[in-house]
Amino acid sequence: MKKALRFSLRRSIPVAIGYFPLGVAWGILMQQMGYGAPWCLLVSSTVFGGSIQYLMLEFFAAGAALSTVAVTVLLLGSRQIFYGLTFLEKFRSYGKWQWLLSFLLVDEAYSLFCGFDPKDEDIGKSTYLITGLLGWFYWTAFTVLGALAGRLITFDTTGIDFAMTALFVVILIERLQSGPSCLPAVIAAASSVGCLALIGPDGFLLPSLLLTVAGLVLARPVLGPLLAQKEAS
Amino acid sequence: MPISVTHSLLIIAVTVLCSLAERWLPFLVFHGREIPPLLRYVGAFLPMAVMTTLVFYCVRGISFSAAAEWAPQVIAVAATAALHLWRRNMLLSILGGTACYMLLVQVVF
Repeated sequence: MKKALRFSLRRSIPVAIGYFPLGVAWGILMQQMGYGAPWCLLVSSTVFGGSIQYLMLEFFAAGAALSTVAVTVLLLGSRQIFYGLTFLEKFRSYGKWQWLLSFLLVDEAYSLFCGFDPKDEDIGKSTYLITGLLGWFYWTAFTVLGALAGRLITFDTTGIDFAMTALFVVILIERLQSGPSCLPAVIAAASSVGCLALIGPDGFLLPSLLLTVAGLVLARPVLGPLLAQKEAS
Repeated sequence: MPISVTHSLLIIAVTVLCSLAERWLPFLVFHGREIPPLLRYVGAFLPMAVMTTLVFYCVRGISFSAAAEWAPQVIAVAATAALHLWRRNMLLSILGGTACYMLLVQVVF
C-alpha cells in the first residue's frame, strides 16, 4: 500500500503539472461567471473531465438546453468507450472497484495506466486506484484553488500545459518499445492525419478513433498471431 | 451567475449522467459476460494506437503558415522524445520537454 502510494505519487507528477494551469484557469473563469469555489468543487469532483468542463462554461453562459448538453457531452466523451475497452478485463477482475476505476479513467489516467509495466507484479488494484484518485484530487483541488486564489498567481505559466503532450509522447515511446509491432501506431497516425486533413482539428478525434479500430480489425491476421505469441511467452 | 441555480444544477446533472454512462458503457455491456476474442484483441493494441491519436490531438491546432505556429510544438515533441530515448527517465523527459516548450513560446517565438 505504502509502496503503491509512493509509486503513484511519483508517476502522477506530470499530471499534476499539466492539471495546474488548466484547473486554475477553469476555476478563475467559473469565479468570473459567478460560480465560486463550492460550484467548482461540485463540478470537478463529479464531472472530472477537462475538456467537458471547459465546454460547460459555454453551457452556463448560454443557458444551454439540456438536450444540447447531453448530445455535446456524449460526442466529446466518446473516446472514453475506447479507454474502457482497453482495461475491460483488468478492471473487471477488481470487482466493484471497476465502477470507480472507469470513472477515473480520463485521458491522463489512461496514459499513466498504459505506462504501467504489465510484468511488474507490484502493480495491482491499489496502484491503479491511488494513481486514479490522485489525478482526481489534483484536478479538483486546482480548480477550487483557481476560484479562491487564482489572481494571486503571477508567474508566466504560458506553455506549461505542454506537460500533457509530453506525457503522451513518453508513454507512446514506452509502448512502441515494448509492443510486438508498431503497426497499431502506424494505423492510428495514418487515420489521424487523414481525418485532420479531411475534417479539421475540431471533429477529427472520434472518426479517427473509429477508423483506427477498423484498421486494427483488418490487421488482425497480421497482429493476432503476434499477440498470441506474446501472451504465450 | 448568468442563469438560475436550478438550470445550472440541471446542466451539471445531465453532464455527469452522460459522461458517467460513457465511462461505464463497456463495463455495463459485458457485465457478467464473456468478452469476445475480437474485442480482447482490439483492447490489447488500443493503448499504442490511442496514445498516437492523443499526441495528434494535442498538436491538432498547429498550422504551417508561420514558424511560430508549428515550430515550438514540433521542436518540443522532438526534444521530449530524444530525451526519453536517451535517458529513459519519464519525469526528466516530461519536465525537460515542458521547459523547452515554455522557453520557446515565451522567449524565442
